[in-house]
Amino acid sequence: MAKMTLDQLRKLRESKQDDIKRRATEGKEGQIIIGMGTCGIAAGAKIVLDEFLDQFEKRGITNISVTQTGCMGLCSVEPTLEVIMPNMPNIIYGNVDKATVDKIVEDHIINKKLVNDHVIDRPASDIVGDK
Amino acid sequence: MAIRNYILVCGGSGCESSHSDDIYKNLIAEAKAQGVADEVQVVKTGCFGFCEQGPIVKILPEDSFYVQVKPSDAKELISEHIIKGRQVERLLYNKETAKQKAGQVEDINFYKKQYRIVLRNCGFINPENIDEYIARDGYEALEKVLFDLTPEDVINELKTAGLRGRGGAGFPTWMKWNFTKMAQNDVKYVACNADEGDPGAYMDRSTLEGDPHSILEGMTICGHTIGANKGFIYIRAEYPLAIHRLEIAIKQAHEYGLLGKDILGSGFDFDIELRYGAGAFVCGEETALIQSLEGHRGMPQPRPPFPAVKGLWQKPTCLNNVETWANIPVILTRGGEWFHKIGTEDSPGTKVFALTGKIKNSGLVEVPMGTTLREIVYDIGGGITGGKKFKAVQTGGPSGGMISAENLDTPIDFGRLQSIGSMMGSGSMIVINEDDCMVDVAKFYLNFSVDEACGKCAPCRIGGRTLLNILEKITNGNGELADIKKMKDVAHAMQRGSLCALGQTAPNPLISSLKWFEDEFMAHIVDKKCPAGKCKKLITYTIDPEKCVGCTACARKCPVGAISGEVKKPHVIDTTVCIKCGACIQTCKFGAISIH
Repeated sequence: MAKMTLDQLRKLRESKQDDIKRRATEGKEGQIIIGMGTCGIAAGAKIVLDEFLDQFEKRGITNISVTQTGCMGLCSVEPTLEVIMPNMPNIIYGNVDKATVDKIVEDHIINKKLVNDHVIDRPASDIVGDK
Repeated sequence: MAIRNYILVCGGSGCESSHSDDIYKNLIAEAKAQGVADEVQVVKTGCFGFCEQGPIVKILPEDSFYVQVKPSDAKELISEHIIKGRQVERLLYNKETAKQKAGQVEDINFYKKQYRIVLRNCGFINPENIDEYIARDGYEALEKVLFDLTPEDVINELKTAGLRGRGGAGFPTWMKWNFTKMAQNDVKYVACNADEGDPGAYMDRSTLEGDPHSILEGMTICGHTIGANKGFIYIRAEYPLAIHRLEIAIKQAHEYGLLGKDILGSGFDFDIELRYGAGAFVCGEETALIQSLEGHRGMPQPRPPFPAVKGLWQKPTCLNNVETWANIPVILTRGGEWFHKIGTEDSPGTKVFALTGKIKNSGLVEVPMGTTLREIVYDIGGGITGGKKFKAVQTGGPSGGMISAENLDTPIDFGRLQSIGSMMGSGSMIVINEDDCMVDVAKFYLNFSVDEACGKCAPCRIGGRTLLNILEKITNGNGELADIKKMKDVAHAMQRGSLCALGQTAPNPLISSLKWFEDEFMAHIVDKKCPAGKCKKLITYTIDPEKCVGCTACARKCPVGAISGEVKKPHVIDTTVCIKCGACIQTCKFGAISIH
């Protein structure tokens, strides 16, 4: 994109704000957000990311995006990730390895059930989103 | 039928020991008995971190937070909450009391005790995508600064906010900005100190990796306010991912015209460059950092002149730490008054801590200033690992001190940490338990400071080495009572005479250990014993012949062959050969080996 003016920046913010809100609401596609700071990567986040891509390809799942984010601060349970699915609460999973990814795909994404023993509570409320 | 509710039962070890497993089973049984088994899913989770109020049950999607739940409550939770859709009031966490306790912070679900301003985007946005930062109010503060506010307004907003520098010393940020703004010069600079070097500290790395644009925006705002067109980020080369993401962020900001010439058509030019540090701890000190940034050997310089007057290439330079920069955009979008309400009067806002050591939920936490150490260690951190006893928390790294159990309830802010002999430092928080020897810990930190001292001034160079020698003498069993006074004298000289903060604060871990744990020093000096069993010269390993069954496991594990004995008969350790590595103790299943 070329350099922006003030108006363009404001318009971009508005449209992107809608995008960010929409991803949590009904009927839209799901999202996997993997914590990929140095800590998460060291604990195996890249393996987790690859496993999601593999699983999606094997099962023909195309409506779920896989993206990365920084550290959520949950060092003791890295790798961590968040699963956002329509009509389900947003869920953070911790201590995720390849086997857990398979379970998340099978239970959470396909059967709409949560995966036992890996759900982690969000560490703090969101000051930007809750405004 | 589709699932309507998810019931999360805390499976952390604290909650588990108070019967969370029975709650889990009862909830499943009750859901079945009351005919809603296919409408709810009961899930065991990781630790919620609110252990003193455990066991904890949370029901989604309503986000109802139940505390101190008993197995017998399962029936009511299912019949009331799940079937009738009414929350069980008597078990709900009382948010009102929590809010009062938290001071004036409003509108937040405070059971977590955490409040994330600096880390607002970490774990939410893709740090390599500028659009996501913009969507979450990113660059809105810059808009305001460029088009609506005067530089004086910005300084006043920071003054109202009361933000103090998060690098450790807590100098009021508005004053620093104002000094640089007032300095008369044609060229001025903005700089970011990302040379995070305290052992156990990684707050700044995580912020840079998770939200690089917040730093760029903060620095650009400063540039406009003080009249600078160039910024530098001094970052350790050991942080390759943070560097990578900063590079991407700078490139994207350029493409959008948020850095470079004529930003958003305002006529203001600003650019940011990265400079890499080679990992010398002293380069986190501002004058040494400036030397290194200019390409010289990183050595501290006398102050004054302060960098705000004569900094980079002798030009006025506004230098702040990563966490300080990350606060700036939020203060300007929400207002200084909003910010001032969070935290304490002495230190408004929040602080990010890297909580590590002998703690269950190690991690990055951001809490309002004024939160007590007890809340951080027990409520957020989940307490000490392995059921051991809390001994101390080390804050502020090699410049900070030990906080003992007596001060667990002290609210944390700049002033109060100093009054109990520690300091905020950058925010490392290392939890120490009964297995650790405080003399040994003090020696570790001093060793670090001696290693990292630049050697320029005598008090630090000679004083540090002298203190370390005395500590080595004590841990070798040759300590004398007179050593205590000698250490205090040398420490005093270093604090008063050293050129920079590294030398002035290097004795802090030792001095605070001496203050709170003098008995441990005495045990080493008078009894020639290390109570925690860490100082190798002062301990011996022995096998209790009553408990030893002669399994030979320890003898096979011993790397130096110091253990001998016949099969099924008690073994013995040859103390002249033993290197005190502790391998035998970990191997023995009968608790027959002990340290004296």
